[in-house]
Amino acid sequence: MAQRRWRLSSLQAIIGTIPLIGVSVGVFVICIIFSILWSFTSSKLFPNFDWVGFENYDRLWQTSRWIVSVQNIWLFGVLSIVGNMVFGYVLAVFMDQRIRMEDTFRSIFLYPFAMSLVVTGLVWQWMMDPNLGVQAAMQNLGLEWFRFAPLTDANTAIYGVIVAGIWQGTGVTMAILLAGLRGVDQEIWKAAKVDGIPNWRTYLFIALPMMRGAIATAFVLQCVGVVRVYDLIIALTQGGPGIATQMPAVFVIQHITNRQNVGMGMAAAAMMLAPIIVLIAIRALVMWRAAAQEKRAAKLAIAAEERERLEAAGIAAPVAAE
Amino acid sequence: MTDQAISSPAAGMATDVAGPAGPKPKRLTASRVGVYAFLIIAALFFLIPLWVMIVTSLKTLPEIRLGNLFNWPSDLTFDPWIKAWTTACTGRDCDGISPGFWNSVKITVPSVILSVFLAALNGYALSFWKYRGSELFFGLLMFGAFVPYQVVIYPLIIAFREIGIFATLPGIIILHSIFGMPILTLLFRNFFGSLPGELFRAARVDGAGFWQIFVMIMLPMSVPITIVAIILQVTGIWNDFLFGVVFAGRPNMPMTVQLNNIVTTTTGIREYNVNMAATILTALVPLAVYFISGKWFVRGIAAGAVKG
Amino acid sequence: MEHSVSIKDLSLNFGHVRVLEHLNLDIDQGEFLVLLGPSGCGKSTLLNCVAGLLDVTGGQIFIDGKNVTWEEPKDRGIGMVFQSYALYPQMSVERNLSFGLRVAGMKKDEIDRRVARASEILQIEPLLQRKPVELSGGQRQRVAIGRALVRDVDVFLFDEPLSNLDAKLRSELRVEIKRLHLRLKNTMIYVTHDQIEAMTLADRIAIMKGGVIQQLDVPSVIYNKPVNLFVAGFIGSPSMNFLHGEFTGGASPKFVSQGVNWDLKGYETLPSTGADKRQATIGIRPEHIAINDEAKSMPVTIDVEIEVVEPMGSDTLGWVRIGGESVTFRVASEIDLQVGQKLTLGFDPARASVFDGNTGERL
Repeated sequence: MAQRRWRLSSLQAIIGTIPLIGVSVGVFVICIIFSILWSFTSSKLFPNFDWVGFENYDRLWQTSRWIVSVQNIWLFGVLSIVGNMVFGYVLAVFMDQRIRMEDTFRSIFLYPFAMSLVVTGLVWQWMMDPNLGVQAAMQNLGLEWFRFAPLTDANTAIYGVIVAGIWQGTGVTMAILLAGLRGVDQEIWKAAKVDGIPNWRTYLFIALPMMRGAIATAFVLQCVGVVRVYDLIIALTQGGPGIATQMPAVFVIQHITNRQNVGMGMAAAAMMLAPIIVLIAIRALVMWRAAAQEKRAAKLAIAAEERERLEAAGIAAPVAAE
Repeated sequence: MTDQAISSPAAGMATDVAGPAGPKPKRLTASRVGVYAFLIIAALFFLIPLWVMIVTSLKTLPEIRLGNLFNWPSDLTFDPWIKAWTTACTGRDCDGISPGFWNSVKITVPSVILSVFLAALNGYALSFWKYRGSELFFGLLMFGAFVPYQVVIYPLIIAFREIGIFATLPGIIILHSIFGMPILTLLFRNFFGSLPGELFRAARVDGAGFWQIFVMIMLPMSVPITIVAIILQVTGIWNDFLFGVVFAGRPNMPMTVQLNNIVTTTTGIREYNVNMAATILTALVPLAVYFISGKWFVRGIAAGAVKG
Repeated sequence: MEHSVSIKDLSLNFGHVRVLEHLNLDIDQGEFLVLLGPSGCGKSTLLNCVAGLLDVTGGQIFIDGKNVTWEEPKDRGIGMVFQSYALYPQMSVERNLSFGLRVAGMKKDEIDRRVARASEILQIEPLLQRKPVELSGGQRQRVAIGRALVRDVDVFLFDEPLSNLDAKLRSELRVEIKRLHLRLKNTMIYVTHDQIEAMTLADRIAIMKGGVIQQLDVPSVIYNKPVNLFVAGFIGSPSMNFLHGEFTGGASPKFVSQGVNWDLKGYETLPSTGADKRQATIGIRPEHIAINDEAKSMPVTIDVEIEVVEPMGSDTLGWVRIGGESVTFRVASEIDLQVGQKLTLGFDPARASVFDGNTGERL
């Protein structure tokens, strides 16, 4: 009796999702497989299937350009995400003080996100220009000691990138966290007020832990942005001075275009995928545990409810006997 | 006497009891001043680059060389804007950034329509017509939302080249539709998932099929989420640089790519004012979308990122 | 006689969860059948199976003698009314009513004729050009019923149609649905968790729990002779009083509990029940308990002291304790009850129910 009938409507649904199937399997499975396969070949300008084992990976990790890229993305990732989140939350808290012109402030904090990273990069390149930028303007005002031209020095260039990144992305973090703050149960605030807990403590120790969803959202958004950072680097520093602001995303594109070393480029791409896979695996594990816990909790709740209902009906005894 | 007190207790209180009465007077406390001071300083940090962009684009080159970055131009000129739009050099061509603008329009409009339509269709099917495997495809798509573009870009170049759409307008449009699909599908799936399932069942009892329900019932209902999706896509695609530079092909280079070319093309002297005018021009479309759409924009970002 | 709807050995699993198990149900032409039960009992699931909105795992469904188990919903000859009304928000009332007919490609004058008739029956003619958002809850539900009406079908399915309405509207529309049934004489299957709706509307009630029909009968039998503890406890408000003790069957049935030794002469034990002594629960409805003078003429009496009094307006509930267990009785509101008052309660064993202490089945 397990015979299933063929429904015309389900066929329609499959036809309707052909683009979905094509993209999900064609791009996010098959393309990834090809990328990984080619990372084990000696492909140069064009792809081939001459297997070279882990040679590309070996060479990759001996390439200073790549090692600098990896160091940069960690530094950039950690600093810009931490900066973003802290600055964004502080802004959100200040925005939450029933201020006037909230919409105006929100627009000001958020507009950079609407602009292209190329635009962001070019503006900050100009701002950080050593001869004509902010530094020069301040020195013209008599502040001879003022220094703000990080992009010219290989040691500080990455911090210039971080400033531009924070400028572009903090508004979004603020908006998401502010929405999270507003989503916290109003009675929590009332309770804290009645209990005489200082405002800053409420924000830090009561509200913040209750906004896990908003924080996770902002965090994920930032992480995806960090891994993909390409436009900003190209516009702001082109990876320089020298290789000081190289990033993995730039490294890969350069190797499959100008540098004509597809094999190494694909090895780098595969390395970029690794942290994502680890993150997704961790997430799946957490979700799986949460689901198991929820199931158990739900089971207990249902059992309790059932017992209550039966007790109300006066038939607790026979159930207990079972 | 007691009778009177009961009949007008408020009047009795007001005359009998001294001390605070009525609304608490509002005072400008130090902490309020601190709040506004912080917000204004933060606002300056966000606004100064915009200000610098604008004043630089209106200055003459000699004035720029004086190094007074923040000053309003003493010798106001609109020539940089005209030059940026019509004659600035992007690599070999010197037609300004206007061809890039039109290329971006040609890329953005069809990409937005196609990607939003496909995402709506996906979200609808995934919400109401689940079949064996549909959740797996959705899971793969969500995985795709986190995959760095660089991981799939090279195989896509090869595939597009094989099909013959690499470096063509249709190619870049399809590419944008592919990479817009994960977030937009999530957006529409969450939206349709929030609709009462009974609506769909009622339509089934009324005899409507897959496409009829989609076109006649669901699409007309999804106007708000479609607006959010369009805002997300217009800004996203307009601001794209990577796909444009790799996939669009020379004749179709979008505005962002041409902007970067203008700035990096140095024929003798760097024309900072022209560069900034071109930068503003490039940012105008997404900024207009942002300021017109207001809160929808925020909703779009949050909705796109929150998993349902 | 041909059954209007016939469900044979129907099963439905969601994964490993068995929602419906080997369910059989025959519904006569023109019958008003109510599926009643707590949430999660499978009543809505059963209705959705009849409608064709869920694929069954096993068994068959017949409507008007035709096997429709594999048919599309539209081809089953059913109309359906949903709890949330499920009106298409962007269409006017008229277009909501005619949507199904337009999809089917029916001729315009026939569509107009049917819409006119349905809106006449439901008195929604003035609303035809409005959008659903411009209607009140009651009006929306009328339109939803109208959508089923225009289909001109023999079987109407109602999925908790009144649950989203407030109490007053609910009772108004309840009467209206009853009128509609009297006028149209369609077969109606009506899912609800509201026992008053069930009692007032139904020709027969099917009480469900855990995907199994517990009892299928006319309302008065369900109320007075529940087949098991679940049905007894589910039907009636305030719910039936239960006392736990020992029951002896046979010619002169007895019920013994803490401080209670009742001779249940007049209680009709089922033929299957033996004469032996066993653990049992006796159930007495609050309104079947008499007090004082009236109680003294009853076969069973007991003296008690009132613990709590709940005046309900139309009547008054008194709470007492019998053998450590809480018991409610209902009296007319004119009778003055005081906490601490001593009085005599009495009931007729013929109106009581006794259930097996282990299985919960009626004895």
